[in-house]
Amino acid sequence: MPIIEVEGLSKTYRVFRKKEGLLGSLRGLYRREYNEVKAVSGISFSIEPGEMVAFLGPNGAGKTTTLKMLSGLIQPTAGKATVLGHVPWLREDAYRRRFALVMGQKNQLWWDLPAADSFQLHREIYSIPKDRFDRTLGELTELLGVEKLTRQAVRELSLGERMKMELIAALLHGPRVLLLDEPTIGLDVVAQVAIQKCLRDYHESRGVTMLLTSHYMRDVEALCDRVIVITRGTLVHDGPLAGIVERFGESKLVRLQFVGEPPDHAELSRYGEVSKLEGPSAAIRVERHRVAEALADVLNRHALADVSVEAPPLEEVIAKVFEEARPAHDAA
Amino acid sequence: MTPPDAALPLPAPPRPGPIRALVKYARIFRVALIERMTYRGDFLLGTVLRFLPILTTILLWRAIYEGSGQTELGGFNYREMVAYLLLTNISRMFSSMPGLASGIAREIRDGTLKRYLIQPLDLLGYLLSARVAHKFAYIMMSFLPYAGLFYACRGYFDGFPDATQMLAYAASLILAFAVGFYFEACVGMVGFWFLEVTSILYIVMTLNFFISGHMLPLDLLPQPWSGLLKVLPFQYMAYFPAVVFQGKVRGGELLFHLALELFWAVAFAVLARTLYRAGLRRYSAFGG
Repeated sequence: MPIIEVEGLSKTYRVFRKKEGLLGSLRGLYRREYNEVKAVSGISFSIEPGEMVAFLGPNGAGKTTTLKMLSGLIQPTAGKATVLGHVPWLREDAYRRRFALVMGQKNQLWWDLPAADSFQLHREIYSIPKDRFDRTLGELTELLGVEKLTRQAVRELSLGERMKMELIAALLHGPRVLLLDEPTIGLDVVAQVAIQKCLRDYHESRGVTMLLTSHYMRDVEALCDRVIVITRGTLVHDGPLAGIVERFGESKLVRLQFVGEPPDHAELSRYGEVSKLEGPSAAIRVERHRVAEALADVLNRHALADVSVEAPPLEEVIAKVFEEARPAHDAA
Repeated sequence: MTPPDAALPLPAPPRPGPIRALVKYARIFRVALIERMTYRGDFLLGTVLRFLPILTTILLWRAIYEGSGQTELGGFNYREMVAYLLLTNISRMFSSMPGLASGIAREIRDGTLKRYLIQPLDLLGYLLSARVAHKFAYIMMSFLPYAGLFYACRGYFDGFPDATQMLAYAASLILAFAVGFYFEACVGMVGFWFLEVTSILYIVMTLNFFISGHMLPLDLLPQPWSGLLKVLPFQYMAYFPAVVFQGKVRGGELLFHLALELFWAVAFAVLARTLYRAGLRRYSAFGG
């Protein structure tokens, strides 16, 4: 049975349109005009227990709005969702004890207190038994290498350290569902890897279900088997990560190593876009369905020392998916 | 990591019965208390600095009495007036809530309010226990300096009131805390509808200084103003406890006002809760 079920979920915000100038502002006091912004329009998906799913999409695609609905912060305009059998926006304590949301850095930690005090408060808020609390806290601080920092006021910690504390606070009560909004944003590579490792280990040992949004493909590659892509509020892809490349990566990168003099630029560009031509080696972007044909043709005409066919980098494919969705929306 | 407990069912979530909830907030109280105690230096300096205005007030009222040529103003002689003003400081110690309303408004504006929506934690319950902790610590720590001050000013008092009056005084102070807390909480909830509440807060607080009787006894005002202000909730934050200590309100009148104070405390509590609900509905429909 799915642990997260979402059906036709939509959210439309009403945004106050501020008029220009002083007169406009005054007029705005008694007659307000609103613009409707469709943040999420009718997305459906379901997630099985223990899955790790990445939520991808350009800025403003509706990822965060969806996470807010799943964590019960906001109510949808239409559609249904259940998480762990609960309707999130009813905000029942039984639900709130069993999930966690990591969104930004001021969510769970008391800014002026040392993290350790916030953790203590969490122990009280979630009524965590002392031995379980101490054990989990010990493991998590060690895993993230922040044992020595828990007595410092959170305000004085670095971005990466704060994020780690935020993550610890989210995991202390052993949530069954973890929702993460940009857990590694703005962090250096070392901190990013530490957080990825922590999430992976935690997932392996506890089998927690995770749904995360990220702009770092490294996060996604390191953590998630399944990817849901939304652009402009609509779901455009749901499946394994590799599937995105299959589906949206229309070209492949063919690298050729010639024996002796390579053919000139004009000849090679008959196969596709030449992205590199240096000495005996060349790289050409060839449309997927023409790869076999192009290779056969090259082999007929020239002697090759080496050849390889690569899928395009994930980032590039994702960027293209995002890019393609844009005009479709603007026309609508 | 610990042995995987993934396959196991969740440890039964503790039943959030009323007693459990009370225990939970009592523990939050304890944590908040420990936190408060770490700022001792702050505390002491703040308390001592608070005495300075008292000195200028005493001098001011001496001048007023001498200038007026009367021995009594609004039923207060000079000694009683100084005693009254000292006592309002005690009332305010219980009823003033620095940073409560602005804190709530800030949490709404900055979005840190999220914490209370995603965690099994009630905003008002949390703020109340934290505030009780802060007040408790504050009163404990300023006990000695205040005892010193009152000892120095003992000439203005006619000794302690009798036991009944003392009991009523204690009750009026505790209710003053409740009225003050829920009143400010209501003001803070305005933040759900207005992004900027500093100016509203400033007006409310300035007005409160006057209409609570913190500045001067309400009896000094002409009718109908003094009568009106004595029905409103604000007098319970400064005026009422002071005159109870001075024995100016007794018997049936005392009981009536204690009941009215309780009524206002409950009314503000209900209002704060209602505003919070309505605010959350708005918050979850429009933003978050």
